[in-house]
Amino acid sequence: MSPAILLLLAVGLGLAGWLVARARAWAFRSNADNGRLAALPTYHAWYVALWILVPLGVFIVIWMVASPHLIEQSVLASPAAADLPEFAFQRDTLLREANAVANGTANAVFNEGAKPLVEPFREAIGFYNLIGFLSTLIIGFLCGTWAFLQLKPDFAARTRVEKTVMAALMLASLVAILTTLGIVVSLVFETFRFFGMVSPIDFLFGTQWGPDPMSNPDNPDPSRFGAIPLFWGTIYIGAIIAMIAAIPLGLMSAIYLTQYADQRLRAWLKPALEILAGVPTVVYGYFAALTVAPFIRDLAVAVGISGASSESALAAGLVMGVMIIPFVSSMADDSIAAVPQAMRDGSLAMGATKSETIKKVLVPAALPGIVAGIMLAISRAIGETMIVVMAAGAAANLTGNPLEAMTTVTFQIVAMLTGEGSFDHPATLSAFALGFVLFMVTLGLNFVALRVVKRFREAYE
Amino acid sequence: MVTVIHPNLEATDAKMNAKDVSVYYSDKKAIDNVSIEIPSKYVTSFIGPSGCGKSTFLRALNRMNDTIPTARVEGEITLDGEDIYRSKMDVVQLRARVGMVFQKPNPFPKSIYDNIAYGPKIHGIAQGKEELDEIVERSLTRAGLWNEVKDRLSDSGTALSGGQQQRLCIARAIAVDPEVILMDEPCSALDPIATAKIEELIADLNGNYAIVIVTHSMQQAARVSQRTAFFHLGQVVEYGRTSDIFTNPLEQQTQDYITGRYG
Ligand SMILES: Nc1ncnc2c1ncn2[C@@H]1O[C@H](COP(=O)(O)OP(=O)(O)OP(=O)(O)O)[C@@H](O)[C@H]1O
Ligand SMILES: [Mg+2]
Repeated sequence: MSPAILLLLAVGLGLAGWLVARARAWAFRSNADNGRLAALPTYHAWYVALWILVPLGVFIVIWMVASPHLIEQSVLASPAAADLPEFAFQRDTLLREANAVANGTANAVFNEGAKPLVEPFREAIGFYNLIGFLSTLIIGFLCGTWAFLQLKPDFAARTRVEKTVMAALMLASLVAILTTLGIVVSLVFETFRFFGMVSPIDFLFGTQWGPDPMSNPDNPDPSRFGAIPLFWGTIYIGAIIAMIAAIPLGLMSAIYLTQYADQRLRAWLKPALEILAGVPTVVYGYFAALTVAPFIRDLAVAVGISGASSESALAAGLVMGVMIIPFVSSMADDSIAAVPQAMRDGSLAMGATKSETIKKVLVPAALPGIVAGIMLAISRAIGETMIVVMAAGAAANLTGNPLEAMTTVTFQIVAMLTGEGSFDHPATLSAFALGFVLFMVTLGLNFVALRVVKRFREAYE
Repeated sequence: MVTVIHPNLEATDAKMNAKDVSVYYSDKKAIDNVSIEIPSKYVTSFIGPSGCGKSTFLRALNRMNDTIPTARVEGEITLDGEDIYRSKMDVVQLRARVGMVFQKPNPFPKSIYDNIAYGPKIHGIAQGKEELDEIVERSLTRAGLWNEVKDRLSDSGTALSGGQQQRLCIARAIAVDPEVILMDEPCSALDPIATAKIEELIADLNGNYAIVIVTHSMQQAARVSQRTAFFHLGQVVEYGRTSDIFTNPLEQQTQDYITGRYG
């Protein structure tokens, strides 16, 4: 039976429990001397309904996982399964086909050998559907009855329901935290495997990058795993070129928006700017690769710089800078707006002009927030992948020339994971070490930035 | 209604003169046809119930209302006979000549030194570092703050106590050598001791500057000012020597207000 039907059944039982419990609580109420209960009837109703829904939810999840195995087991135990081939792969194929026909997702078997299995499958499915249906009914009924028997006029249904709600909310937030933790653990695990093959020293301080996924995995050449060119490319593109573009533009637009733009213009401009943040990065990637990079190359050739490549750090960095503008500007906007009006008035009353006030009072006062915004922007930029994949190139050049192709940590993560190497080849595993370094750096940046913002907020409470 | 001027108010030379001044916020009239003189050698206090337009009128005197987009001023206000709302008037210059101290101390988040040096730097008053040092010391001394902060000039101005911050703001205002100082309830955020220091300071500054102070404290007005204007519903009801206003008010509204029977 499909889980949807079981779920429907559970909801139906829950609803029934809800209604019955509420009716019961109403009855308490009309019988009680003062007409008051320890909790409103709806809380009694929810108490019973939750006692039905939560156990059933757990049961259905377990059943969904377990029932296919149970069905398969019983089919294998049937006499028709005696003719199945030994080889596990063929066997699974036949079983799958028979199952598909039995539950109606396919019309006919492709392999003749699967045919005798269809009927046992049909029987097993029918049997277990019945079991599942009955179990749902029985569990729902038992739990519901048990909860129902607890209802009394002075029963503290409300506190129990509240506790359940709290537990559900906590569970939801735990999912996010645990997922993050799981990512970190798996990252750390694979990173350590990698460092078992290539020493961290060679990795962190080597200046040659060129892992060969086809080489002998047991004997990697550590001199080809130097990640410095990647770190440099990442910093150069994401933290230097992109920021040279994003900081002045972001800051100036924030100043314009908070201090000069009139209310109506601001209502238009601010969302428009924020739309920039919502453009998928792959679109920026196109723009960088198809428009900006060729333009920069042509420009370089025109001014007589030979050997300008069609992929350049400059193109990737500039486009990334544009992408980052909203991050810088919206944080700067918030922090400038958070500077008390009294500060502005104080400066204006001294005879300072608007721009003097901005330059000498507002921006310095908002500086912590602005810096935090820049840090968040950097952490965003160095983790950015699509633009560099499309526009920065794959060559691990350790150079300061922005017109040359450069590669970044994120690019190489993609390249290594999608390369030809087997999964436990050091070249592939290096992607995890790179990811780990990136993760630590962005984590650090975000952590510091958020702390700075918090201190800043407190300063103007 | 016409402002009642006390008969025994002797003529003094006026530093500022407001004639038929009205101030609007959008369409709402906050100041209604006020005409008043600010004498050059005295402290003038503005008193009156909350919301009657004291701050609005005060801010009209150095065009701080310009920073509020909805505010509009009608009528004529002169400083030494020149209309400050004429189109050629340089607001930067005006505010250097008519300084302002706010209700809540608002030092800049800079060092004490830089707070004082801010105005002189903007207006190019000091020629060099030495002159600037001198201005900083003189202003802080005048504001009675020098001895308290001379060893910590590089500390942030916001690290001072509330009363010290307010004196810092006064020092900041006098650092550009203004002719008029406007103070909007400068003591309302301070304790009695800090208030007494500010009042002392106002008494010291009296005579060198034309000072206008908005206050909710009758005693303060009586202690520090020689002229008092009583505001009510956007108008000046009564204007005269402080002693006359407090001992011999001519209008019933004034009397009610100063005896605490208002409202
Ligand atoms: N920025 C503004 N926009 C619109 N209306 C304003 C603004 N500032 C003040 N007002 C209105 O103008 C009137 C006078 O306000 P103002 O602040 O001048 O009063 P006040 O006498 O200083 O009061 P208080 O003693 O409480 O400081 C009030 O009705 C107030 O609501
Ligand atoms: Mg006021």
